[in-house]
Amino acid sequence: MISVENVSKTFTLHNQGSVVIPVVEGASLVARPGECVALVGASGSGKSTLMRMIYGNYLAASGRIMVGDVDVALAAPREILTLRREGLGYVSQFLRVVPRVPTLDVVAEPLLALGVARDAARERAAVLLRRLNIPERLWRLSPTTFSGGEQQRVNIARGFAHDYPALLLDEPTASLDAVNREEVLCLIEEAKARGAAIIGIFHDVEARDRVCDQLVDVTGFTPARGI
Amino acid sequence: MKDTERAAIAQRPLLRVEGVSRRYGARIGCAEVSFDLWPGEVMGIVGESGSGKTTLLNCLAGQLAPDAGRVMFDTRDRGMVDTLDMSEAERRMLGRTDWAFVHQHAQDGLRMNVSAGGNVGERLMAVGARHYGNIREQAIDWLDRVEIAEDRVDDRPSAFSGGMRQRLQIARNLVTGPRLVFMDEPTGGLDVSVQARLLDLLRGLVREMGLSAIIVTHDLAVVRLLADRLMVMKSGHVVETGLTDQVLDDPQHAYTQLLVSSVLQV
Amino acid sequence: MSAYNFAYLDEQTKRMIRRALLKGMAIPGYQVPFASREMPMPYGWGTGGVQVSAAVMVPEDCFKVIDQGADDTTNAVSIRRFFQATAGVAVTEKTAEASVIQTRHRIPERDLRQGQILVYQVPIPEPLRFLEPSEVETRKMHALEEYGLMHVKLYEDIARHGDISTSYAYPVKVEGRYVMDPSPIPKFDNPKLGMAAIQLFGAGREQRIYALPPHTDVVSLDFEDYPFQAGKADHDCDLCGAGSSYLDEVITDDAGGRMFVCSDTDFCRERREAGHVGALGVEAVA
Repeated sequence: MISVENVSKTFTLHNQGSVVIPVVEGASLVARPGECVALVGASGSGKSTLMRMIYGNYLAASGRIMVGDVDVALAAPREILTLRREGLGYVSQFLRVVPRVPTLDVVAEPLLALGVARDAARERAAVLLRRLNIPERLWRLSPTTFSGGEQQRVNIARGFAHDYPALLLDEPTASLDAVNREEVLCLIEEAKARGAAIIGIFHDVEARDRVCDQLVDVTGFTPARGI
Repeated sequence: MKDTERAAIAQRPLLRVEGVSRRYGARIGCAEVSFDLWPGEVMGIVGESGSGKTTLLNCLAGQLAPDAGRVMFDTRDRGMVDTLDMSEAERRMLGRTDWAFVHQHAQDGLRMNVSAGGNVGERLMAVGARHYGNIREQAIDWLDRVEIAEDRVDDRPSAFSGGMRQRLQIARNLVTGPRLVFMDEPTGGLDVSVQARLLDLLRGLVREMGLSAIIVTHDLAVVRLLADRLMVMKSGHVVETGLTDQVLDDPQHAYTQLLVSSVLQV
Repeated sequence: MSAYNFAYLDEQTKRMIRRALLKGMAIPGYQVPFASREMPMPYGWGTGGVQVSAAVMVPEDCFKVIDQGADDTTNAVSIRRFFQATAGVAVTEKTAEASVIQTRHRIPERDLRQGQILVYQVPIPEPLRFLEPSEVETRKMHALEEYGLMHVKLYEDIARHGDISTSYAYPVKVEGRYVMDPSPIPKFDNPKLGMAAIQLFGAGREQRIYALPPHTDVVSLDFEDYPFQAGKADHDCDLCGAGSSYLDEVITDDAGGRMFVCSDTDFCRERREAGHVGALGVEAVA
């Protein structure tokens, strides 16, 4: 379960005249186990910022962000690292990996970090890569040289390798063809069925309508600008 | 490692640093540095040249005496002990067993006139190994783990490339199964492709051996890939700490913002 | 003779050296620094050994000098004459008769007994020197008993030559504490280091003295699977027929002719006088 309560966020640009830019104000939402919540709103309204705050990537200025029993807004780095390893997955739009690592190991890594045996982790990774139609001949190669769509699918496979009880999805179906889009939506539905709480950003309206139970318009959390 | 063991160990930090300061005359090397490092954690220390990060690393690793502060280490036999109160013999023993130090320049951490096998075997012999066959077997096993072919075991490091030397230095340091590794710019001076290979290797070893590590570097890409946590230093002071990706993506301090925005995007 | 103080050195210097010797005897294998003096011979010719001999010598002594086992080489002859001239002591070539024996690179074949003193000339006293050039660091290693590096040297030997090829100056551990360089004696002599005589080591250029009291526990370093072996040429002495003495190989002509002879000339002479004859030997002229 993910619950966001009255969260705000400002950026202070110290090297540009210490301008303070408020980006989120009074954000509140809840994603219960088995529920998928879509964040909607125009570009720049703070959807990604909110996601990043939930993941602990951005610091919240105030409010509470509960993921399971951890308040991300207050947690020590060590607690957030444990949370990310065990309880909170994140599929971003960009794949960031160490060059030279084979695709199979990139996908297996979240499981290895949890102490799963190498063979079992690779087996699980293979299942996901096969489902997402990454040809087996590419598994030994680093994904850094793959096309955008292939990278995105590797990223999704990695995000679903471990059954996280909470998941953040940033445009999971962007730049995918119909077949792979269907696979990803199935993965999301399976995650919901096992009780995962999901928050996502979907520009793909059809996909959003299919998997999401609730829409939250973040425009309501956007502070008035240009004062 | 079983989960129960992991949980039991993780109840206290491996290293607890309290108020470490070091001056060079009137000039500040590092001032009032405090942090905890937990088992299995990798911490990066970043900052530009002269920010005090190497001074701090040397103070922590017992290579330089701080003027003030405590460096507590969770020893195997006595629990938390201030390493600055240890006898030199004890501290040097720690340096050969539970601690390891990877230098920026491999030649500082290797014996250049001793074979690769002898370099790796030295730490084993230093803790009492006296069976040639076993020492050699372990050396070859470690060369393999750092991707150096077995037939190079009798070659001297002077015949190795920069990347190989650095990997040899890592093998030499990790052969006795240390719990804490200090690294000073471990990828500095290497080609980008060689760096990537080394980073991958280090990541794998850190995870498999459950190592804790403190990595000093000015390369933000290196810490993003290797470090769980980050400490940003400027003029001897720690100006910001936090999760690596949080510090890099949402820097709070003016200096960190400047540092992050100065990196060329690729 | 009256132009010199007894045994060349002044009494204050001898006292200084004796203090170093006593400290060395008290801490077997430990290198004691001493204020080495200029001697009327070049470094490398035994200035350390000469100073130690001078410091322990008394007028009643009978003095013997060997260089690689031989009494008749230039170095041995000149040191012997030096003490004849400056101390007026009796000299001998017979190991059994000598009370002080100065040596370079050998231990006599005949067992030394209580009451005798063997003085070694030492070129480089620090056994760790070749692997660790810093004196500060090697002293620390001795102080903290960090001797892993010594085995690295032996490891390198085996890795390169298939066996421990170090054949002289073979490192030893003394009384389970200090690692010591026994000077460049052949490792054949290492097992004799626990002898009944007092052994004193002097390094003039490096200004170090160390010592082994009688019956000291001296162990040659090795690996469990490559144990220490005291080797010698697989031959008998061609002059006296001895099968267990350390041999020198002598080239006899341009056609590859060679012979093996005892490096200990006194030992060989005694055997020949007793009637032993080797393969190429002739009856000794008695």
